[in-house]
Amino acid sequence: MDSRYEVEFKVRGDDFLAAGEASNQIKETLIMLGVPSPISRRASVITYEAEMNLVIHSGGGILRAIITPEKLTIEAKDQGPGIPDLDLAMREGFSTASDKVREMGFGAGMGLPNIKRNSDCLQIDSLIGKGTILTATVFFHQGEGNRG
Amino acid sequence: MNLKEIVSCIGAETLHGEDLLEKVEVEKAYASDLMSDVLAFAWPGTLLLTGLTNVQIVRTAQMMDIPAVVFVRGKRPQEEAVALAKNIGMPLLVSSMSMYETCGLLYKAGLSPCVIPAREA
Ligand SMILES: Nc1ncnc2c1ncn2[C@@H]1O[C@H](COP(=O)(O)OP(=O)(O)OP(=O)(O)O)[C@@H](O)[C@H]1O
Ligand SMILES: [Mg+2]
Repeated sequence: MDSRYEVEFKVRGDDFLAAGEASNQIKETLIMLGVPSPISRRASVITYEAEMNLVIHSGGGILRAIITPEKLTIEAKDQGPGIPDLDLAMREGFSTASDKVREMGFGAGMGLPNIKRNSDCLQIDSLIGKGTILTATVFFHQGEGNRG
Repeated sequence: MNLKEIVSCIGAETLHGEDLLEKVEVEKAYASDLMSDVLAFAWPGTLLLTGLTNVQIVRTAQMMDIPAVVFVRGKRPQEEAVALAKNIGMPLLVSSMSMYETCGLLYKAGLSPCVIPAREA
């Protein structure tokens, strides 16, 4: 594997037909790079949940994966409304999703806690009216993160 | 259990992927109308049962390494969902029975559940 590999995708807000395409391409990239499946599965959950949040909550954004020999970093960046209360948003069951989104099977307030469970490190920087940057890290070797 | 056995167990209609039925093996099933929960609780390689029909069902299955989907209550997946499934080679089945009855038959036939891990309240 090269020392650094980066892929970036634009994710459109409210485009439920295309939602997940970026995550799937990142998944295929990881498989192509030979990332072991337990790691790529965790990465899939993180990227897809983050992508769905871009589609549902922020009017779209940028999804990026950065792969080095040590770790995978997933970044979701948007210029949406921001998250007013991050502690609340991290709680299982909290959601501001619309009825339309719920009818499609999303908006149960499971995404952020699920991202946290599958990351070794998770950082969310959010400013109301400016946007949100979510950065999740998965280490390829045990003992480098704080998971568990 | 392979999908062919599953089709005969629940009397399902195969919408797509007839040629894959004998090749695809599943040990577990997860049934939900909440994709949020599928993402949190389904194990890789699990069969998904759902009453939802939109394209995100197939997308979620793809992301979670779920090899096939059973639509219950005779619900038929939307055109976009079928198109994506064909594209990625994912068999789609339709059961005319309720979620409960479909799951009950599969449980009796030996498909195991996805154990839900304990987590913080
Ligand atoms: N990028 C974002 N921009 C603005 N708000 C967000 C963003 N991501 C999450 N949120 C807020 O945090 C809440 C919780 O997010 P989370 O992903 O846990 O649940 P959800 O998206 O509502 O439902 P689910 O993920 O189960 O489909 C959201 O309902 C929304 O209010
Ligand atoms: Mg979410």
